[in-house]
Amino acid sequence: MLRFLLKRIGTMLLTALCLTFIVFVLTNLSPNLEKLAKSELGARISDREVESWLAKYGHDRPILVRYGEWLGVAPGWVSEDQGVPFGRCLPRGGDPASAPRYCGILQGHWGQSTVFKAPVTDILWERLRLTGILMFWVMALMVPVSLLIGVLAGMREGSKLDRTLSTFSIATTATPEYVSGVIFIVVFSSSAVGLKWFSGTAASAATDGITFYNFFLPVLTIALYGIGYIARMTRASMTEVMTAQYIRTARLKGVSPRDVVMKHALRNALIAPFTVIMLQFPWLLNGVVIVETLFNYKGFGWTLVQAAGNNDIDLLLACSVVAVFVVLVTQLISDIGYVYLNPRIRIS
Amino acid sequence: MSPADYEGPILEIERLSISFFTRLREIPAVMDFSCTVQPGEAMGLVGESGCGKSTVALAVMRYLGKNGRITGGSIRFKGRDLVNMSDEELRHIRGSEIAMIYQEPMASLNPAMRIGDQLAEVPMIHAGVSREEALRRAREVVSDVRLPDPDRMLRSYPHQLSGGQQQRIVIAMALMSKPSLLILDEPTTALDVTVEAAVVDLVKDLREKYGTSILFISHNLGLVMDVCDRLCVMYSGEAVETGSIKDVFDRMQHPYTQALFRSIPLPGADKNARPLISIPGNFPLPHERPNGCNFGPRCSYFEAGRCDAADVPMFAVDGHDRHETRCIRFREIDWAAPPKVARTTEKAVPGRVVLKMEDLKKYYEVAANSLFGKSGAKKVVKANETLSFEAREGETLAIVGESGCGKSTFAKVLMGLETATSGRIMLYDRDIQSTPIEKRSTDTVSGVQMVFQNPFDTLNPSMTVGRQIIRALEIFGEGKTDEDRRNRMLELLDLVKLPRQFADRMPRQLSGGQKQRVGIARAFAGGAKVVVADEPVSALDVSVQAAVTDLLMEIQRKNKTTLLFISHDLSIVRYLSDRVMVMYLGHVVELGTTDQVFSPPYHPYTEALLSAVPIADTHVQKKRIVLEGDIPSAMNPPPGCPFQTRCRWKSKVPGNLCETEVPPMRQLAEGHQIKCHLPDSELARMEPVIKIAAE
Repeated sequence: MLRFLLKRIGTMLLTALCLTFIVFVLTNLSPNLEKLAKSELGARISDREVESWLAKYGHDRPILVRYGEWLGVAPGWVSEDQGVPFGRCLPRGGDPASAPRYCGILQGHWGQSTVFKAPVTDILWERLRLTGILMFWVMALMVPVSLLIGVLAGMREGSKLDRTLSTFSIATTATPEYVSGVIFIVVFSSSAVGLKWFSGTAASAATDGITFYNFFLPVLTIALYGIGYIARMTRASMTEVMTAQYIRTARLKGVSPRDVVMKHALRNALIAPFTVIMLQFPWLLNGVVIVETLFNYKGFGWTLVQAAGNNDIDLLLACSVVAVFVVLVTQLISDIGYVYLNPRIRIS
Repeated sequence: MSPADYEGPILEIERLSISFFTRLREIPAVMDFSCTVQPGEAMGLVGESGCGKSTVALAVMRYLGKNGRITGGSIRFKGRDLVNMSDEELRHIRGSEIAMIYQEPMASLNPAMRIGDQLAEVPMIHAGVSREEALRRAREVVSDVRLPDPDRMLRSYPHQLSGGQQQRIVIAMALMSKPSLLILDEPTTALDVTVEAAVVDLVKDLREKYGTSILFISHNLGLVMDVCDRLCVMYSGEAVETGSIKDVFDRMQHPYTQALFRSIPLPGADKNARPLISIPGNFPLPHERPNGCNFGPRCSYFEAGRCDAADVPMFAVDGHDRHETRCIRFREIDWAAPPKVARTTEKAVPGRVVLKMEDLKKYYEVAANSLFGKSGAKKVVKANETLSFEAREGETLAIVGESGCGKSTFAKVLMGLETATSGRIMLYDRDIQSTPIEKRSTDTVSGVQMVFQNPFDTLNPSMTVGRQIIRALEIFGEGKTDEDRRNRMLELLDLVKLPRQFADRMPRQLSGGQKQRVGIARAFAGGAKVVVADEPVSALDVSVQAAVTDLLMEIQRKNKTTLLFISHDLSIVRYLSDRVMVMYLGHVVELGTTDQVFSPPYHPYTEALLSAVPIADTHVQKKRIVLEGDIPSAMNPPPGCPFQTRCRWKSKVPGNLCETEVPPMRQLAEGHQIKCHLPDSELARMEPVIKIAAE
């Protein structure tokens, strides 16, 4: 098991390295840097000025060196302005002797956000915390509901209950968040229909605390899409399991119908949806972008949109590192969980 | 009345009818079926696939699915009516008083539950005992079914056991609550012969120990004879004959039973002098059954106007013990008359050497753990170890062995689907061992062809039969024009005795036997010199097997083809082959003419194999040799002689020769070789396994 874990973690690190490098290259393309220079010095500077600014702030060196610096495996650049030395690791006016040589994400230096004018780490933690809360509630709603629907529908294939639930699942998966979100806002929180059960914005959730009133709609919007998808997977897997011969064995052993489902069918039926549920985590990040923007909830997705829209290179890079990390970790968890659920796969 | 002091028959089925309902029509699966099982009695249900024997078993369990319904008659279990029993009552009977053992052990065990939990569930439901107590009982039963290391077994998952062990677990599960009736539905079809023999042995012993009544369903008459006291022969949804084993086997009173016995290869049958007699025609589909007697159209005693007039009831045969038959004419037929021998043929004389193998080896390298990367050294699986033999023109060489013995690998290497690790294969005078099939010349490809085991999967479902044969002809470069090839295709259909109209049919419109005929036509399309027949009839029903085997022999005789007949069924091998090669774990352990291999001295493995094959003949006396344990994995073969772990003669070899050295191939007689350390004196003392008692 340990060997397997080490190997998987090794592969993960390699994957993370490759992915972050790609993102780094894309965010550090020269038009982006030029835009950065112009936003610092003013829009009407000449090309010469742009170049000298880029050179002064260490942006003109080879991409690999810069990537190494950002990562914290290459020494940070040092520059000088009017006799005052400064650099990546040395704030203007600091003591060059005591400044560290390396400062990248490995050392915990994630850089400065140009949009929020604050260190990236501070922003990221706060935003991630908010999104984490949202995700938690989404999962808490999505997983039990979808499994329940899937199992109920799959238990007796072709029954009225099955058809009703399947239709519901297909309808929800077929509706993207930006459609269902808008519909929910119109129906449940605007005066157009007049129900006004829930709040159409989740902005207050971030500041005043979460209530059912301000949080239910965003959670529902994200969860609904996943519910249909997972429920359909569970149903397919459940119907297959219910026709298996070992279910016949269990029935003819005299096991009650309830226990046939609970003890014999369920665990086998959950193997396939489990992977799907774990795959939902990274996918939730993307759903979060739409829903957080739609409901004005200032979490991770909203930050990502702000960073991308405002050419905030450090913040964008940090966001992608987090995204890559989330994807890889959930994959690892899903593999381990899969081994646990399915005894046929055992690591020797 | 409490069930404990009930004294009548355990199971009484009276005039039972079962139908399946589809959107189109009602399909009667079982009609007017009656049978009684007395306490402690073993009743066999015999018939070909689709005759309704499994439906009867599931009806006893009242498990017919959504579409199935009992439309008439009654099933009484210990005097209680099962047909109208509530679901709740039924649940108390299932698993506690009636238990079932299934065909595929792997599929009938829950893959995600430990064996112990699956076993313990039974007493926990029916006796309401605690988990600890249930597990203790499970442990007891597991050692009763002779499984080694019961504690480890209880902790394992089903996939960690071999097929034979899984079937023992299924049997243990059925015995957990000491049922009064045990239903076995083809319990050994998925197992190897030696494992099958051990399981059957176990069932017989357990029956004595627990006194359970048994309903044993099988298509194998030999097995039924081994296990049961009485049997009931079914044909197309009806019982056609029922009686004691002795009566039905020796004094049969129904033409179908007789035809069935004449179509299976029993000792004494011979392809030249006493060929098998196949049953003409096909099994009727459930909605196309004829009027009157269902067997009428295929029966040689058929009399128009009488047999097809009205439904035939069961008649009791006077003077026999509860012997009944569903034949109007049973009193008029002379049952003792010898069968009309269709035609005898001369034994073909083998010609020159066509195929020659020298020291052929095929090793596979496998990663120890393919799923999670190679955590561990690579292992070598020795699928074929120094194979040497010759096959002559017009000769039938049978290759016999259980699963994992390397017979399929050998076929793959010969066909060119794999290339040999070392050694030589000579086809005439060409080396073909290292030429994969895509590099072989058309000549070689059409010269070495194969007939596959499963005719259902080997025909393209979306191409007409004629088109598929023409396609083979095109590939083999036969015929100059399309017209030529079409004519040749029609000739091939004649050759395999299929009507010419079949050229335009789709494979799904054909029965299993007909599909296999198409497979044979395709194999012979390019005038094959060597045909590898990989278990060509094992997927077919008994009555069709004889016809297909016969056809294969006839074409071989005509074309002087060399036939390599791969099989695990020794009865059919004895019937049709000239020479036999016995394989075990990649080694050829014995090679000789059919007579040499089937009579002593044997290789110890051949001896066990012969003893394991059930023979449906009451005159045959068999020595019982039950092999302990399972076939070792080819990944991890034992040191020394491959068979030493299960050999009962091992003690007769001085020293620990068997454990340390692979025995050399030694010559016993002209053309008879065995791979064994046993000294000549011991070999000479071996007794024949099968004796035919004098009448």
